[in-house]
Amino acid sequence: MISTAIDVLAAEGGHSIPLVEPTSAGSLALPLVLVIALPAVGAAILLLGGRRTDAWGHLLGTAAVVGSFVCSLWLFLGLLGRGEEERQLGLDLWTWFATGRWEVKLGLLYDPLSALFLLLITGVGALIHVYSIGYMEHDVRRRRFFGYLNLFVAAMLVLVLSSDYVGVFLGWEGVGLASYLLIGFWQHKPSAAAASKKAFVINRVGDIGLSLGVGLMLVTFGTTSFDEVSALTSGASAGVMTAIGLLLLLAACGKSAQFPLQSWLLDAMEGPTPVSALIHAATMVTAGVYLIVRSQFVFEYSDTARLAVAVIGTITLLMGAWIGCAKDDIKKTLAGSTMSQIGYMVLASGLGVAGYAFAIFHLLTHGAFKANMFLGAGSVMHGTDDDVDMRHYGALQKAMPVTFLTFAMGYLAIIGFPGFSGFWSKDKIIETALAESPVLGVCALLGAGVTGFYMTRLMLMTFFGPKRWEPGVHPHESPKVMTFPLVALAALSVLGGLLLLNDWIVTFLAPVTGEAEEHHLPVPPILISALVVLVVALGVALAFVLFGRREVPREAPTEVSFLTRAGRNELYGNEVNDTLVVGPGKQLTAGLATFDRAVVDGGAMGTAASIGGLSQALRRAQNGFVRSYALSLLAGAALVLLALVVVNLA
Amino acid sequence: MSVTPFIVLSAILFTIGAVGVLTRRNAIVVFMCVELMLNASNLALITFAKANGNLDGQIAAFFVMVVAAAEVVVGLAIIMTIFRTRRSASVDDASLLKY
Amino acid sequence: MTLPWLTILLLLPILGSVVVALLPARLGGPLPKLVGLGFSVLTLVLAIGIAVAYQPGTGLQFAEEVTWIDLFGAHYALGLDGIGLTLVLLTVILTPIVMLASWEDGETGRWGAKGLFAWMLALEGLSIGVFAATDVFLFYVFFEATLIPVYFMVAGYGGPRRVQAAVKFLLYSLAGGLVMLASVIGLYVVSADSEGGPTYLVSELAQLDIGTAAGRWMFVGFFIAFAIKAPMFPVHTWLPDTTEQATPGTSVLLVSVLDKIGTFGMIRFCLEIFPEASRWATPVVIVLAVFSILYGALMAIGSQNISRLIAYTSVSHFGFIVLGIFVMNSQGLAGANLYMFNHGLSTAALFLVTGYLISRRGSARIEDFGGVEKVAPVLAGLMLVAGLSSLALPGLSPFVSELLVMVGAFVYSPWVAAFAVLGIVLAAIYVLWLYQRTMTGPVHEGVAGMRDLGLREIGALAPLVALIVALGFYPQPLLDVINPAVDHTMSQVEKSDPRPTVTEGEAQE
Repeated sequence: MISTAIDVLAAEGGHSIPLVEPTSAGSLALPLVLVIALPAVGAAILLLGGRRTDAWGHLLGTAAVVGSFVCSLWLFLGLLGRGEEERQLGLDLWTWFATGRWEVKLGLLYDPLSALFLLLITGVGALIHVYSIGYMEHDVRRRRFFGYLNLFVAAMLVLVLSSDYVGVFLGWEGVGLASYLLIGFWQHKPSAAAASKKAFVINRVGDIGLSLGVGLMLVTFGTTSFDEVSALTSGASAGVMTAIGLLLLLAACGKSAQFPLQSWLLDAMEGPTPVSALIHAATMVTAGVYLIVRSQFVFEYSDTARLAVAVIGTITLLMGAWIGCAKDDIKKTLAGSTMSQIGYMVLASGLGVAGYAFAIFHLLTHGAFKANMFLGAGSVMHGTDDDVDMRHYGALQKAMPVTFLTFAMGYLAIIGFPGFSGFWSKDKIIETALAESPVLGVCALLGAGVTGFYMTRLMLMTFFGPKRWEPGVHPHESPKVMTFPLVALAALSVLGGLLLLNDWIVTFLAPVTGEAEEHHLPVPPILISALVVLVVALGVALAFVLFGRREVPREAPTEVSFLTRAGRNELYGNEVNDTLVVGPGKQLTAGLATFDRAVVDGGAMGTAASIGGLSQALRRAQNGFVRSYALSLLAGAALVLLALVVVNLA
Repeated sequence: MSVTPFIVLSAILFTIGAVGVLTRRNAIVVFMCVELMLNASNLALITFAKANGNLDGQIAAFFVMVVAAAEVVVGLAIIMTIFRTRRSASVDDASLLKY
Repeated sequence: MTLPWLTILLLLPILGSVVVALLPARLGGPLPKLVGLGFSVLTLVLAIGIAVAYQPGTGLQFAEEVTWIDLFGAHYALGLDGIGLTLVLLTVILTPIVMLASWEDGETGRWGAKGLFAWMLALEGLSIGVFAATDVFLFYVFFEATLIPVYFMVAGYGGPRRVQAAVKFLLYSLAGGLVMLASVIGLYVVSADSEGGPTYLVSELAQLDIGTAAGRWMFVGFFIAFAIKAPMFPVHTWLPDTTEQATPGTSVLLVSVLDKIGTFGMIRFCLEIFPEASRWATPVVIVLAVFSILYGALMAIGSQNISRLIAYTSVSHFGFIVLGIFVMNSQGLAGANLYMFNHGLSTAALFLVTGYLISRRGSARIEDFGGVEKVAPVLAGLMLVAGLSSLALPGLSPFVSELLVMVGAFVYSPWVAAFAVLGIVLAAIYVLWLYQRTMTGPVHEGVAGMRDLGLREIGALAPLVALIVALGFYPQPLLDVINPAVDHTMSQVEKSDPRPTVTEGEAQE
């Protein structure tokens, strides 16, 4: 029945929109459960075990995630061994809650999309766990750190494996919690505590979208599971689909730090650097992209929603790049870059069926090279006594050769140096954007040039030029346990492009994202690639002229252009929030407090007080003089008499 | 027999008693004025009993006399106790029982 | 012959209360507390037995009915449906936990620990009576009787202004009860005129044809009493004043158990006896409920006192419960019922853990804290878990109920849901800001050297946290009990779930 609907669509010249129709997981059920259970149990042991687990906690945490990675590989090979028609595996665990018509199962869905995410999360996750063993060595709360990291991995896996929007919500908030705990890991610092709260609250604003989206889906389809919703979306009106799409986009904006909910990501850099690498670069912040791609059966029915996604992505990619150009804090520069790169992914996913696969492709390559660079930044900070100001670096390529080389691989990947992973993935997005919408395409192209500029600036300020070290700082290379993950991730940054060999990733994802028709470009793709490389080269050259040729001042210059000042202030996102929401909100709560005390409680207490006052006044009549009592007695009697007379005469 | 003179007398006696209660301070005098008011009403009761030719009023008068006797016993005892402790029989001085 | 199990369940704690109160003072020591705890555990075991024997399905179970006052049609009638059962379970679970947590709170009080434990047991018994009563008159008697133990628990134990707080609580509750009494009498008048003669049995009143105008007046009477109890805006101000002064244990029993009588009554009496009036009042009640959600949350954000803050969060949560009840669809009603149970657990955890904190510091003002995480990590961790459950984090039990209410509100009207959903953002702010100000940052000089939680204190909280997590992932056993009761309520108010707009048939075209 449903296949006829697709045939109709296909006959009309549209493409087929794949449905979620999982088959039984069969023998893969065990690894599918284990992949989540291992880090979940790890987190439980580490967080409930207390100080007893301090000695070996970090090893257990790492082992759990490595085990999870092994399960992911097992699942991936199992998936490859199946025919293309059977690459959606479902496993229902138990009924979470059911009432009325609505039943929500805690179920898992393993398909090519989740498969790639699983490899990314557990693979990069395992490397970052290993790295953290060294990075957090001197922290007395290291065991707890690994507990939180394991919790994060488990929640992230729930997010990408759930077969129901409510299940996604579980993982969605789970990663939010882990992110909250990890951003505020050094919570004795007020700035870290404030940043973690801000991240959680802004994510909650995004959750409004997910909550209402679930409500709208229930009203419209009577269900929230992927398979049933995907089977029904073709029957809904465009208006409803647009509404659902926009609500999901709101959720994605919160989690993926997209405009206008972007302001938490830069503050989130308060967390330890491995956290920034794992959560705020490689995995959690890309959950919004996952949600959009996963919901292609919603977005495919609403051009408006897709356009909104693409526009938001474009705005954010330019904003992120702008911020990245102006920051002197190495982590915040990278965070701006993350915003920008996720903007690319969101833009790609807003381009519809032509872009979904490339969004995921860029997500994977970005996961590798950005984690690589964040860990590299962590290594630099490790060697410079936790200094994050790039103006205090310089000439580190000699002092930290391994970090420098691996970082360079990431750098070449992100600017899109031909042959490196980022080249393939970003190039594809720009190409598709140009084909689908020239305006967005040109913006994306511009963004690529700016990327080249700010990343070159970062490289030059950090590794080249004269030493600008703080007195007493002696940069040194990090231990092996930290450089090994760097090397592994650098290798991935270089080789990530292999996924595009023979359009493998596009074909592999086709059962989830659908198959795009060939788009018609006015010019051959090779020309576009050349154009992209040219624009990037311009950005690099500009940075070289500005920062490679000149002395970099140790203090940030104060007399700067408006562009720089705006970038440093994160494009005034916090000021806008403060003026529009926080300030009025504070006044509102203060006003309400007065209102509650004066009017609401005042009303009740006032009634009580006036009754009390009346009694006070009446009490005075009881003055203790017998003769005045006698007088009132007489007056009363006279009054009664008078009343009787009046009544009788009337 | 005309009822009017008796009722007028009763009213006059009652008024004298009431004015006495309101204006005099000495507890004994106040007390006697109360007795005067009671007896004024007794007079009215008996007058109407005679005029109506039944015994209801006379019975009521007996009740009043019994109550008055009881009242005298209790009242005088109270007045004496107050006088013993406070050395005063003025009703205005005994004003402790107030708000 | 079957035993009157509910009567036994109700009398057991009351008997315990008398025994504890009459224990000779010279025995002293922890004996009265142990006896009290023993009775509450015994009650818990009996209630679990009843819950196991309960067959999920419609209708009242363990019903008892004896004519009490023939002239009024009043009966001593008890019985449990799904809603009553969950709330009875909540009561019996929380009482021993509260006793364990308040082990030392009662010593300095006016009547000593013995008195506190005796009043707690009395309250437990009377609360079971409230939730099991199936006769309006009997319900009314229990409803008013619960005020007595709470009055003494507040007036005898707690902060310096506790007597004023107790009087305020009592006057508010009595005022509500008085309005309700008028409606109760009204029910007698209406039922006395009917063919069957006067009756107070809920089952018979539900079948009664009450005139529109009379029904609406009586509905308002009941609703005001329940709104004060719940508490809803604008009759909520007694709650923060009371929790500010009361001991944490008293606050738990007050907010987690006693206030549920309000929302329980709305379902049992407002909806089931006055369906027409309930539908009539729906728009106003929903506006009030949404207002309560946002108002409570904003007031919580602005609170400078931890106990008041938690009280205001409850105003917000009760807004959700009332919203769920009056949207009158299965998601909303089931969510509201589940919410009552979950809110009981999460607020209890929050009150108890902050109670530990406040008693250690000797102050409830937020500005007197800071950096507690550093000196007392277990306390901080438990406070975070309790707080996260209050903000309905998925994976903890309140999430399911809050989502159900939210979705139920969406089914009723997307606009209502759009306003109510702001509550989840505000919840994140009040919980996390409280945590930030008390637990993080540099260690405040007043909290330096603070002890972390002891075994007894952790032991009191552990079952709560375990339940919150377990029900977060598997609330279905409770929903299986609640769903039939929800169906019954919906048939009583003549409402049914709207069909989804797109069904399988349409998708093919």
